Amino acid sequence: MSATVQADPSTPAGSASGLTPRRPIGDRAFQLLALLSGLLVLVILVLIAITMSQQSTSWFTAEGWSGVFSLDWDPAHGKFGAMAFVFGTVVMSLIAIVIAFPISVGVALLLTEVVPRRWAQPIVYVIDLLAVVPSVVWGLWGILVLVPWLQADIYPHVASALNGIWILGNLFGPLNGNYVSGASFFTAGLVLAIMIVPIMTSLSREVIATVPASDKEGAYALGATRWEMIRGAVWPHSQVGVMGATLLGLGRAMGETIAVALVCGASATVTSHLLTPGYAMPAVIALQFGEATAGVFRSALIGMGVLLFALTIIVNLSARAIVERNARRMRGAA
Amino acid sequence: MAAVTTNPGTVDLREPSGWRRAKSQFATGAMWFAFACLLVPLGFVLVTVIAKGGSIISWQFLTVGIPPNVLPATFGGMGPAVLGTLLITALAAVIAIPLGVLGAVYLNEYGGNRPLARLLSFLSDVMTGVPSIVMGLFIYTIWVIPHGLTGYSGMAGAFALACLMLPIVIRSSYEMLRLVPDSLRQGSFALGATKARVVLTVVLPAATGGIVSGALLAVARAAGETAPLLFTIGVVTANNPNIFSGSNTALSAQIWLNASQPYDGAQARAWGAALTLIAIAFILMVVARLVTARFNKYPR
Repeated sequence: MSATVQADPSTPAGSASGLTPRRPIGDRAFQLLALLSGLLVLVILVLIAITMSQQSTSWFTAEGWSGVFSLDWDPAHGKFGAMAFVFGTVVMSLIAIVIAFPISVGVALLLTEVVPRRWAQPIVYVIDLLAVVPSVVWGLWGILVLVPWLQADIYPHVASALNGIWILGNLFGPLNGNYVSGASFFTAGLVLAIMIVPIMTSLSREVIATVPASDKEGAYALGATRWEMIRGAVWPHSQVGVMGATLLGLGRAMGETIAVALVCGASATVTSHLLTPGYAMPAVIALQFGEATAGVFRSALIGMGVLLFALTIIVNLSARAIVERNARRMRGAA
Repeated sequence: MAAVTTNPGTVDLREPSGWRRAKSQFATGAMWFAFACLLVPLGFVLVTVIAKGGSIISWQFLTVGIPPNVLPATFGGMGPAVLGTLLITALAAVIAIPLGVLGAVYLNEYGGNRPLARLLSFLSDVMTGVPSIVMGLFIYTIWVIPHGLTGYSGMAGAFALACLMLPIVIRSSYEMLRLVPDSLRQGSFALGATKARVVLTVVLPAATGGIVSGALLAVARAAGETAPLLFTIGVVTANNPNIFSGSNTALSAQIWLNASQPYDGAQARAWGAALTLIAIAFILMVVARLVTARFNKYPR
């Protein structure tokens, strides 16, 4: 298809005779317009990187590398270390991925391998609906419904049951004897998981749908059960693509702001206890920007945005690279 | 086939044993359980929002002003926020959709396999992953800081939302343009049409359904966004129909402000605003579906 698209600049077009080599001015203007619109993506990304880095220079000059990558966040005393927020973002996103991965792969397999086509549509509607609920509504529900419920009825029991158990006690046990909070690392991860499941499910589904029917039928013909077919034919073919989808979900989770800002508990701490309040990079930008109208504080928050931008770009680039490489390998295999 | 290694050791030719069948049924059950894990929070959220928002929402709620500075107040509505959301989202759509469609036209019709087109296609993929709060900070940096306090306006918010929508519109339009059969283009070239004319009168009309539904989904997503608006539209509680100057407000921003208030009145207004916002996004989604069904000429 690209061959015909490529061939046409030499296509004589335009005038009544149809053979004049010069293309009309309107035609070339339209091409230029389309090119400029396409270039806009590049321009915006470059501008984001340049202008926001410029605004954050005073953070780096005031704090230095050691100050920026320290755990010390105390705006009142001019201490702006970002690491507690980086920690929170990474921990919450990992919790989200651990929860969302089995769910989205399960639903993607359900859609592709289990239910007949006409049943698949309602399930897709549910996923679309989930994707259309805005972040701030998840946050509102999270802070007014989910957090009080978890704090009163779930977390205390989980914490007392797991307290003292090796590793689990460190992760889910209470802090200082009896302290657990509904607004916490884990709650933020839970809400994030719900929010990234739609994108991860639809991407995984696209990958799984590319498994050749002959592979699947071959597995069935050898007497495999459905699960054995999935493990033997579907999974080896799609595992790399599903990893790419998971990384894209991770990128989404890292950048998600409003819902996390409302349910994370807003405490810049580094701890192994997941049922205690934490903080995240986008959340601190959203929550503290109002107080930071100028100076190093504002510069630090914009700088946090630059760090977030860089982190999500890296995660996205690696996800795309994995998916791309896998797609090429699969084309070669088919 | 070589790369796809099925393990021949795990299958045999006998009837599946009870244990193997049970394992398979357990796996299917686990998949349904995963789906249930989606249904429960979705149902929970929708029921809560409809129950709590439905009790406050009324025509008056949607048109009356936001009570200024009296957060415990149980009167008042979300009129300025409804107006702001509609205006800001509409302006963002007016900016992002034409540019996005034109960008997709470049990628598919002009770029072909050129390195620049491949780079731009890749970058638009990457740009869909840029967090919405970064778009807000970006517009704050290049628009609000140079303009000072007058920089806060509905237009600045619309710029941020447009940055968010642009790559989504490019991606979805690009996918739709790729589905238009080449024979249509070749036929019109054979009739002597210029490239621009072919694109505008043949290719784009053929892909209209998909492009419109993709654009509407992008609008639906943008309408619910809060983070890009936090640093760009300022704070106001009165109607501001002038989107180009003066602070504005939006439903999502009002939910954000009211959600963490301990007062019943503020929380009730937040639920009402949430119901309104979900309704707007839901209507856009349903319209997108209907458009897809109506124009579904070249299904995947």
